Amino acid sequence: MTTTMTKRTLLSTLLLAGFGMAGAAQAQTTEPLRIGLIATYSGPYADYGRQFDAGIALYLKEHGGKVGGRTVEIIKKDTAGPAPDAAKRIAQELIVRDKVNVLTGLDFSPNAYAVGAIATQAKIPTLVMNAASSAITTSSPYVARLSFTVQQVTDPMARYMLKQGVKDAYTVVADYASGVDAETAFKKAFTAGGGKVSGEVRTPMNNPDFSAYVQRIKDAKPQAVFFFFPSGVMPPAFLKVWKERGMEQAGIKLFATGEATDDSYLDATGDVALGLVTSHHYSFAHNSPKNQKFVKDFAADNGTKLRPSYFAVTAYDTMAAIDLALAKTKGDTGGDKFMDALKGLSFESPRGPIEIDAATRDIVQTVYIRKTERANGQLVNVEFDKFERVKDPAKEAAAAK
Amino acid sequence: MGIVIFDGVAYGMLLFLIGVGLSITMGLMNFVNLAHGSFAMVGGYAASVLMNQWGIGFGLSLVAAFVAAALVGAVLEFVFYRRLYRAHPLDQVLLSIGVVFVSIAAFTYFFGPTMQPFTLPKALEGQVSLLGLEVGRYRLFLIGCGVAVLVALLLGLGKTRYGAMVRAAVDNQRVAGGTGIHVQRLFFLTFSLGCGLAGLGGALSLGMLGLEPSFPLKYLVYFLMVVCVGGAGTVTGPFIAALLVGIVDVAGKYYLPETGAFLIYVFMIVMLLVRPNGIVAKKGLA
Repeated sequence: MTTTMTKRTLLSTLLLAGFGMAGAAQAQTTEPLRIGLIATYSGPYADYGRQFDAGIALYLKEHGGKVGGRTVEIIKKDTAGPAPDAAKRIAQELIVRDKVNVLTGLDFSPNAYAVGAIATQAKIPTLVMNAASSAITTSSPYVARLSFTVQQVTDPMARYMLKQGVKDAYTVVADYASGVDAETAFKKAFTAGGGKVSGEVRTPMNNPDFSAYVQRIKDAKPQAVFFFFPSGVMPPAFLKVWKERGMEQAGIKLFATGEATDDSYLDATGDVALGLVTSHHYSFAHNSPKNQKFVKDFAADNGTKLRPSYFAVTAYDTMAAIDLALAKTKGDTGGDKFMDALKGLSFESPRGPIEIDAATRDIVQTVYIRKTERANGQLVNVEFDKFERVKDPAKEAAAAK
Repeated sequence: MGIVIFDGVAYGMLLFLIGVGLSITMGLMNFVNLAHGSFAMVGGYAASVLMNQWGIGFGLSLVAAFVAAALVGAVLEFVFYRRLYRAHPLDQVLLSIGVVFVSIAAFTYFFGPTMQPFTLPKALEGQVSLLGLEVGRYRLFLIGCGVAVLVALLLGLGKTRYGAMVRAAVDNQRVAGGTGIHVQRLFFLTFSLGCGLAGLGGALSLGMLGLEPSFPLKYLVYFLMVVCVGGAGTVTGPFIAALLVGIVDVAGKYYLPETGAFLIYVFMIVMLLVRPNGIVAKKGLA
């Protein structure tokens, strides 16, 4: 008994020593680039984290697991949804304990705002992968965004509707920060172009039945309706009632932002989405060689059940942006140098050409007008019109003052 | 005006269908069962999966939803719930809210966090003309289902031997046991019935609400509202309450869209102040 024990102890000591040496050997070459990923992996929004992971994994696979010539270590942390306090604490931990070089993820705006202050203190480059509230990039000079803002995709929709001869519109938005953002941006762009918003309504976030709101619109008989709801259960519920009431037959046109026909939910939404015209920065069906390759490789890794949504694309682009910025700084991850390298960066994404505005560190990109159609048995957003180099309208307005 | 009332009634009927099972488990059996939504979710997923992946018709799927939720309810009753019938309400709350969280995690694991697809059968789509009103076919169908469930429960609990035994066992378990009623078996069946009704409600809600793993928490307040305003332990109480809540909610949102969504909470508070034991209070309740 005792002999085996000593043998085992000896063995494990040797093993440990071996590991230690291996670790030391590695440290002598190049340390891996540590990226802290703050996202949602549990609860109703767990899909966000899955999409981020898939996008990052795809980029790393295509580039031999390296970014800026270094191996990458992703340290994932779960906020389980919008939780600014948790996001802030996690960011601190990632910086102090895990010594990350870059922070990213950030699916919810409150989380991104909370991390902004930490990024400033620690001078850690922070790349926002989804949070779409306009002012996030103004919260810290170390924050840049690769996703989009709600206003950025709403404003072109208002201009498109005017182009189609719509003069009188009704707005329906979910009653929370992004909904109000969409309502503001829409009203501004629509009235600036000579249109009139004849009615507006904000629906509560937890709203099981839309019949009252839709009936009210039917009785008000506007020329068209613009709506904004977060991805998930609200858009299908609204569209179901819209179809049931025969609003199309009543001659009322319907427009929305791309959240209404989010690629992750589109199949579950079903035929009620057919024919809906929406505006967004990415569609799974975007017709470019880069995107076709992206979608094909994505399917090879994840199967066809998980479609790459705009979350996966942004995660993929964020990796590309870090790669390009590090190439410019020659591997220096220092906050100031890295952010300088990010400013004005432009490259081809699966969604089309994108660039990071040198002045605002916010993304500049093409916003597409799409229509939901059925192609090869599945529902897709087919792009048919576009607005190029769209900036965040809220920051444009602030700069003009 | 007419269409607003009709929509309100249809919405109320949906609330009744989802909530009435809770009136049985919570009201009749005195078990604070916050996991009611989990059983509704079992039914909803059963119907959705059967229809989408196995191509089974809507009617059969509804039956399957009832059976699936009743079976899950039966298993949980046998393993957990029966141990806590006489426990403090807080212990019951703890157990049932635990069931809610476990069910959310389990459904996320097996079905993913996203929404379940569901398409109504063609016959229930669109509108139909009724007394000069263009009403939704599906809403009309919901009203039919609600009335059918109400009648079946009233007859079942009021006129049958089973119903009489349940009422006896609920009023006084010891005396009922003394007369030869298998109280435990009776409760087992009744609990399963309540869960089955939840499952049926969950499946019927598919045409209106979205179904995802967070369903049981998201709609918990609606189930509780219907049962508390209506009076736990009765069937007509929740029926009337659901109709009132439905009409107040739809009318509030239609006529006062800025504040209307808040009206049902005001309504609930007023009703609870006026009739703290519910619209139809159970006999013998203090």
